[in-house]
Amino acid sequence: MTDPIAEEKRAMSRLKVSVWRGAEAGEYRSYEVPRQESQTVLDVVTFIQRYLDPTLAYRFACRVGMCGSCGMSVNGIARWTCRTHVTRVVNGDTLEIAPLRNLPVIKDLVTDMSGFFDKWAAAKGQFRSNRSRKDEFALVSPATPERRRADAGIECIGCGVCYSACDVVADNPAYLGPAALNRAWTLVNDVRDGANPERLRAVAGDAGCNACHTHVSCSELCPKQIAPTGSIAGLKRAVSLALLKGLL
Amino acid sequence: MNGAHPPVDGAGAAMDEARACLSRTRMQARLWLAQRLSAAVLALCVLVHLGTIIYAVRQGLSAEEILGRTRGNLTGFGFYLMFVAAVSIHAPIGLRAVFSEWFSWRGKSLDWALLAFALVLAVAGTRAAWGVFR
Repeated sequence: MTDPIAEEKRAMSRLKVSVWRGAEAGEYRSYEVPRQESQTVLDVVTFIQRYLDPTLAYRFACRVGMCGSCGMSVNGIARWTCRTHVTRVVNGDTLEIAPLRNLPVIKDLVTDMSGFFDKWAAAKGQFRSNRSRKDEFALVSPATPERRRADAGIECIGCGVCYSACDVVADNPAYLGPAALNRAWTLVNDVRDGANPERLRAVAGDAGCNACHTHVSCSELCPKQIAPTGSIAGLKRAVSLALLKGLL
Repeated sequence: MNGAHPPVDGAGAAMDEARACLSRTRMQARLWLAQRLSAAVLALCVLVHLGTIIYAVRQGLSAEEILGRTRGNLTGFGFYLMFVAAVSIHAPIGLRAVFSEWFSWRGKSLDWALLAFALVLAVAGTRAAWGVFR
């Protein structure tokens, strides 16, 4: 006869994990994973790949919240999985792990991020210096309002969590998205950058900052606590001012 | 040789396309700004309009008494013309976003359809304001 308390303990010590398998078409497959103390969602995925199903494809690199490569949808919400503890997101004893939304799925939990980064380029996300090598170093005080605004958004790691959380991206595939627009805003505020009228033009159209509906999902879920919604609001003001001044 | 490059085939067309693209971007930014500004006007107009309705109902004014006050009232007529203009600008631009996001209807056909809708709103609204003014 089985001991019901021991049986319950055993059940509580295991996670029921559904993982998306396939590409755009596919299905969820179920796995049982032992629970561990301080276990992250990435630990769970790694356990499945190493001990239960070596064909599972997923992406990670640093495991410490720096590289931005382990973004996945966990119980329907986009997360960076290396810094997401199971205890914070588990629903009873179940986890549903899927690839990030709004990005094409290559295989299982791996998405094609090229469109996401192409939009950074389309938003003129590259720094273009307004100085030459003959100039002195630019001295930028961290206390200036411009630098404070730039610093508020500069720590983005490009994980795609905001892009996956954004309903405007889902409804308007051309929309540049929160990360690219946040990047543009940091450069609009960078006094060393010389591409700003062009950059404002790049983010002023139907696919740019004005398409944002201020749902704030990006700011709520950004694992780096950046507020892309605030950056986009700044871009809206800058674009409107440029338009009124005839600079657009 | 003056050092200038000979024109590359298609370069002129590419420049034209770039100019057209910039022109579209400017128009899209103008539409957004127009919608925001018209929203600010509407916020005021709606409050005044609701206040007027509540006043008329609570004072028990008849239709004849109301018309007696609106006929020949240039301030009221001007106010409602402004209201109609704000609605005619605001609503079609908002619908433009709704149609493009919910039904993937984009491009010139949508813009022409919404321009027609804006004209309908403007004509119907002006007619209504004129009806109680004359």
